[in-house]
This record gives sequence, structure tokens and C-alpha cells, in this order.
Amino acid sequence: MENIGSLAILLAFCFALYAIAGSVAGKLKQRPFLVLSAQRAVYVVWFLVTVAAGIMVHAFVTDDFSFAYVASHSNRSMPTQYKVSALWGGQEGSLLFWSWLLSCYGMVAVFMNRRRHREFMPYTAAIIMSVQTFFLILNAFVVSPFKMLAVGALITAVPDGTGLHPSLQYPAMAIHPPMLYLGFVGFTIPFAFAMGSLITRQPGEAWIATTRRWTIVTWLFQSCGVALGAAWAYDALGWGGYWAWDPVENASLLPWFSATAFLHSVMMQEKKGMMKVWNMVLIASTFFLCIFGTSLTRTGLVSSVHAFAQSTIGNYFVTFLAVGIAATVYLILDRLPYLRSEAQLESVVSRESSFLFNNLILLASSFAVLWGTLFPIISEAVSGEKISLDASWFNRLMIPIGLFLLFLTGVGPLFAWRRTSVESLRRNFMMPGIASVLLVGALMAAGMRHFYALISFGFCLFVALTIFSEFYKGARAISAKNQMNFLAATVELTHRNTRRYGGYLIHMGIVLVFIGCSGAAFNRDITAEVGIGSSIALSPYTLKVADLKEGDNGNYLWHYAEVEVFRDGKHIDTLKPERRFYKANRTPLGQVAIRRRLNHDLYINFAASENQKATVQVYIFPLVNWIWIGVLVLVFGTLVALVPSKVKMQYARTEIVGIGKKYATVEN
Amino acid sequence: MKKYGKFGALVVVIVGTILWLATTGVGESKAYYKTIEEVGKMGGDVHTKRLRVAGDVEKGSIVRKVNIVEFTLEQEHRKLKVVYSGTDPLPDTFRDGAQALADGKMGADGVFHANKIQAKCASKYEAKPGQKSGEPQSYPKQVS
Repeated sequence: MENIGSLAILLAFCFALYAIAGSVAGKLKQRPFLVLSAQRAVYVVWFLVTVAAGIMVHAFVTDDFSFAYVASHSNRSMPTQYKVSALWGGQEGSLLFWSWLLSCYGMVAVFMNRRRHREFMPYTAAIIMSVQTFFLILNAFVVSPFKMLAVGALITAVPDGTGLHPSLQYPAMAIHPPMLYLGFVGFTIPFAFAMGSLITRQPGEAWIATTRRWTIVTWLFQSCGVALGAAWAYDALGWGGYWAWDPVENASLLPWFSATAFLHSVMMQEKKGMMKVWNMVLIASTFFLCIFGTSLTRTGLVSSVHAFAQSTIGNYFVTFLAVGIAATVYLILDRLPYLRSEAQLESVVSRESSFLFNNLILLASSFAVLWGTLFPIISEAVSGEKISLDASWFNRLMIPIGLFLLFLTGVGPLFAWRRTSVESLRRNFMMPGIASVLLVGALMAAGMRHFYALISFGFCLFVALTIFSEFYKGARAISAKNQMNFLAATVELTHRNTRRYGGYLIHMGIVLVFIGCSGAAFNRDITAEVGIGSSIALSPYTLKVADLKEGDNGNYLWHYAEVEVFRDGKHIDTLKPERRFYKANRTPLGQVAIRRRLNHDLYINFAASENQKATVQVYIFPLVNWIWIGVLVLVFGTLVALVPSKVKMQYARTEIVGIGKKYATVEN
Repeated sequence: MKKYGKFGALVVVIVGTILWLATTGVGESKAYYKTIEEVGKMGGDVHTKRLRVAGDVEKGSIVRKVNIVEFTLEQEHRKLKVVYSGTDPLPDTFRDGAQALADGKMGADGVFHANKIQAKCASKYEAKPGQKSGEPQSYPKQVS
């Protein structure tokens, strides 16, 4: 089996090389058959990588511990779903998984465009396959997942497997890496289209139109991946944090920032033919940040709680990044004349400028986070002293940036294209502005003094009201015209322009996330050593420890405390924080108990136990659930944006300057 | 050209604010990575700078008291006594023999006062690149 797996990877590598050579040669020499065969080679690569990944999964599910990778990442007593997810539990497997996802994306992209974009598809396929080749080199020659343990006729003792790290045996964690990977790998496709279009000097925006859905879907995966990581940290790590600005967390955020900037700035290009160079730069940075993120998590470049085994693959990644970035920069510089803007900025108070600032802020965030993450390396290179920046630095910087971005989320969509009149500014912003000021005043009167929290709540209300008013105005017009009830009119409105109203829903999700994060300003906690019968007070709750129990279930030993929760003297709930000791890899793990409510979470961590005494940490996290609700709204909004609009529209070009333009239908 | 002036001014204000926040924030949140040996040689600076010291947790040295945890870090036969008094619970990976990173300041009493501890679980090893699986291994297993 392992030989077939290795062979499949090796063959896939050869076919990927053929696909690159075939596409480029076929295009240059005008040989359609060569291009076609290269296309088919892409499908073959998918098949071969699938075989290899399938063999690996099969080995996991059947507990074949002669595979070194299976032995060190799985365990007989693990539930089957975690055996499958153990595929991406370590370096070799996750890189194989990366390769497999890329081959899937590549196959779908090539298949869907097999009859379209004949001018640049060969180059697009070649670029996808170049990235594929890089990962196949890692899979085949550097960190092969098919290393075997010496098990033969004479050696009969096959170990039981040391098990997946217990903190990863957790549902959110089983799907967090694939989500993030889908988001990381997916940006290869728009990048390849962009570069293909650039190489062949395409005048139009065909690559943007073709990859629009790819980009949105990939962005959705990335958002989910980041959110699941945060949710996992909150549920599993025992201190109730969801974001600690750890290098690996940052790595997942960097491409998200630039991808978000890209999603916004392509609208400028579609509508006004502006920011063409900028979009190229953004999609390229997103792609390279994805690769960089992968390398950060896989090579231990910066020390992190996600301590990965150190390995030599760092050099491969650095080389790939250096060559890729150099080629992209050259290509963009060389093709600058083809990327000239068709319109100019006219006013500071316009939709264009709000997009510009949105981009500036997102990119600045990305750069700031990258700077902070790499600061130990930079400072060591400059001054010889390795200096790290902790979460307080990131918070100090990112909270104001985030709040400004939130503000732009509110005002941007209400600015008109080209320029906005003072009259319309007053009409649109008067009511939300006054309401927000009133809210901040009321909160201050109620005794809230936290500056950023006040600002955040004010902006949240402001943005939420502007979004509501957009829906309200549109739906009222439709319901008056078509005699529909208001709800049906809202659905109709959204359906007419799913991208716009889906976008508003995504903004609403972001507002809710901000509300949830602002709650962190009011976190409270208490730590106590308790025995059976003792109680802890953290207003408004009184907690009484009713029982401490212990036991063993094969996979792990467990202790738990039965904590009765009282509020105003009434028993309202019983929570069971638990502490486990996983036997296979001798690792302890806390299982917190959380009482989730919309206003706040009561969060209990069983920190340690000794002689019928338990150390318990109790936290109250205000508003934290709104983060997860916000993410769900964001997902819903993104799905809405993916539904085709009922009214077929092409973005109207308000000013058409230049040549080679399609006839734009004016409908907006 | 007037509007470009306005644009420029806004961009400068935004970028300037970010740079100001970034540079002034460094002072309070930077920490120096030092080995135990370097800590010993730092002299007067040692009590003012925030440090991050890595090492292995000496076997049997962990003493848990109500609000603090005491232990000894070990690196190349040099030892450093550490008192942890932070509010976050210690990570599950923190125990005898684990690789730990203590973040805090050196006290006048010669004990390192940490308010943050990161630990990597040392129970599972993965071969260092270039090492065969039979040889002693020194790198910790990944956590995620």
C-alpha cells in the first residue's frame, strides 16, 4: 500500500510537471492538442493525489500502525472521526492534505473553464500546477507521509499508536484545519487567473468576473476557519480567551485582511475600471500570505504555542516565496501600461474614497500584524536581541484600527459614487448619528467608563442603523409599488441585488462580532480552592460544589466537579467542569463547563485536583456569544451574496474612457 | 489638485496614527528573549527589562500554592527559580520535564517573577531533521 501511495505522489509530480510544460508549450506553439492533454494531466494529478490521500485515510481508519505517521498521530481507542481528522494532525499529513485540496480546486477550475478563456487558461493551469508541483516536491521528497516502521515477520509488536493530541480531539478542531486550508489553498485559483490574465495582457476584467464566486467561497472558508479556531480556543483551552495574537493565529488573519480588501476593491475595478494594479497586488499578496501562513504553521519560524516540530522545509518555503514574489513583481511592473486606471478620484467624500480608505486600513492591519509577528526575527537581525511583542501591543494597535474600520463599514455604503452632497450626508447620517450619541450618553450615565467599549457600542449602533435603513428604504419602495407585505418585499429586495444586500448582512455580522469582542472589557474572574460543600461567589452567581468524582473510560482518566449554580438564592443550573488525563500520550486536558447566555457566559475551569480538593477558576464573559452569532450572520450573508441576483445586472460603468470596453448595460 | 491634497492629508493622518500607536506601544509590551546564562550576566538591567526565559521544568520542582506556582527552570545545567503569579491557569502542557517559556521580570530576591507561562508538551517527541528515530530526540511534538 505504502508503495502505491509513494508511487502515486511521484507520478502526480511528473504529471504536474507535464501539465506545466504542455500548457505553456501548447499555447506558445499554438498546438491545441498539447493544451488539451495538459488539461487532462491536471485531472490525472487529482486522481493520483486522491489515491495517495485515500491510502493514508485507509491506514488511519484500519489502524495500520506500520505507517510511522499513523502510529504517531492515531490511536486504536480514538473515535473514527478523529482518526480521519488525524490526517491533518501533523506535518506530513497536513501537507498531503494541502496538496489534495489544491488538486481538487485545480481540477474543478480547469474543468469549469475548459471551453472558456482560451487565451489565458493554459497559463492559469500552468500556474496552478506550479504551486501543485511545489507541494508535491514536499510530499514526495522532503516530508513523505508514507514512511514505514520496521514491522516484519520477526517483529510482531506493533504499537497501539500514541494518539492525536487530546486537545485536538474536539469537534471544532477536527474541522478547523480543513476550513482554513480550504481558505488558504483556494486563493491559488484567483491568483492563477489574475496572473494568466496579466501574462497574456488581457484588457478586460474577465479574470475578476470568473473568479468572483471562487473568491467569495474561499473567503467564507477562511472566515469560518478563523472563527472555529477562536471558538476552539475559547471552549478548550480553559482561560476563556478566543484570540491571543499568537503567531499562528496571526498567520490565519493576514490573508483574511488582504482578501477582505480584495473583495472590496474589485468592486472599484468592475464599476469604474480603477485600482487595476492594486487588485493585482492584493490578490498576489493574499496568495503569498496564504503560503507564508502555511509555512509559519509548518516550520516553526517564530516560536508559538502551536509548537511544530522544527524541520528543514522552511528553506523550501522561503525559496518558493522568493521566486514567486519576484516573478509576480516583475510581471506586474512589466504590464503596468495595461493596468491603467480608467477614472479618477473626484472627491474625498465618495464611495471611491471610502473603498480606498477601507483598503488602506485593511492593508495597514495586515502589515502591522505581520510586523508584530515577525518582530523577534526583525529585532534579532537589526540589533542582535530577540525581542517579542505580546498581545498588549497588538491590542493597542488593532483596537483603534478595528474601530475605524467599523466606522467605515457604516459610512462607506451610504456614500454615493463620485461625490456625495452635504444634503444626502445629512439625510443618511442624522438619525443613526443622533441615536449613537444618545446610546453612548446613556451608557456613560449608567456608569460605563471604558473608552473603547463606549466608542465600539456607539459605532455598532450607528452601523446597524444605517444597514437597517438601507433595507427599510428599499423594501418600503418595493412593497408600495408591488403591494407586497414588508417581509416579502425585503426578500425581494435582497434577491434583486444579492451581492449588495448579502454584503450588508455580512457587515451586520461584523457589527455583532464587534459587540461580542467589546464585552471582553468587562470580563471578571475568581480562582478558588474548594472541597465538597464549599461555595464561591461571583456576582450575580453563587456556586456550590456538590460533588467531586473520578473514573476511567479507556481513552482517558477523568475527574469532574459537580457545581450547582445559584442566582438570588435559587438553584438554576448544574455545571460539570472536568479534567481528563489521556493515557496514550500521557497528557492532561481540562474540559470547561460553560453556561451560555446572550448577556454573558458563566465559564468554569477545573484547573487541578488534589486530595478531595479542587482548584476551580470561574469567569464571567459578557456578550461573548454575540461573536459566534455574528459569525453565523456573516456566513448567512455570504451565502446570500452567492445566490445569483434576480435582476441580471452588469456593473454600469459611469465613465468609460479608453479602448476595448464591452458594452455595459446600465442597470443598478 | 486640491482634492489630492485632502487625500494625502487624510492618508498621512491615518498612517501617522498607526505608526505612532505601533512605536509607542513597543516600550510597554516588548520582552527580551534571554537564556538563563544571559540572565545571569545582565547586571543592573535585569530588574528593569521584561524578559522571556526558556528552559525545561526541573523534575519534581513544581510546588502549587493557592495563588502562586513555584518551579525551577533548567537549561544547560543552569537553574533559575521561578514564581508564577499570573491569573491565567497554567497550560495543561506545563509539568515536570516540559519545555516552558516564562515571561516576567527578575525580582530583587533573585527569583524570576513570571506573569505568563507557555509550555510545550515534552512527552511526545518527533525526530529532529537529520536524526534517525533511534537517537535521542529533543524537539517537542506539535500541539496543533
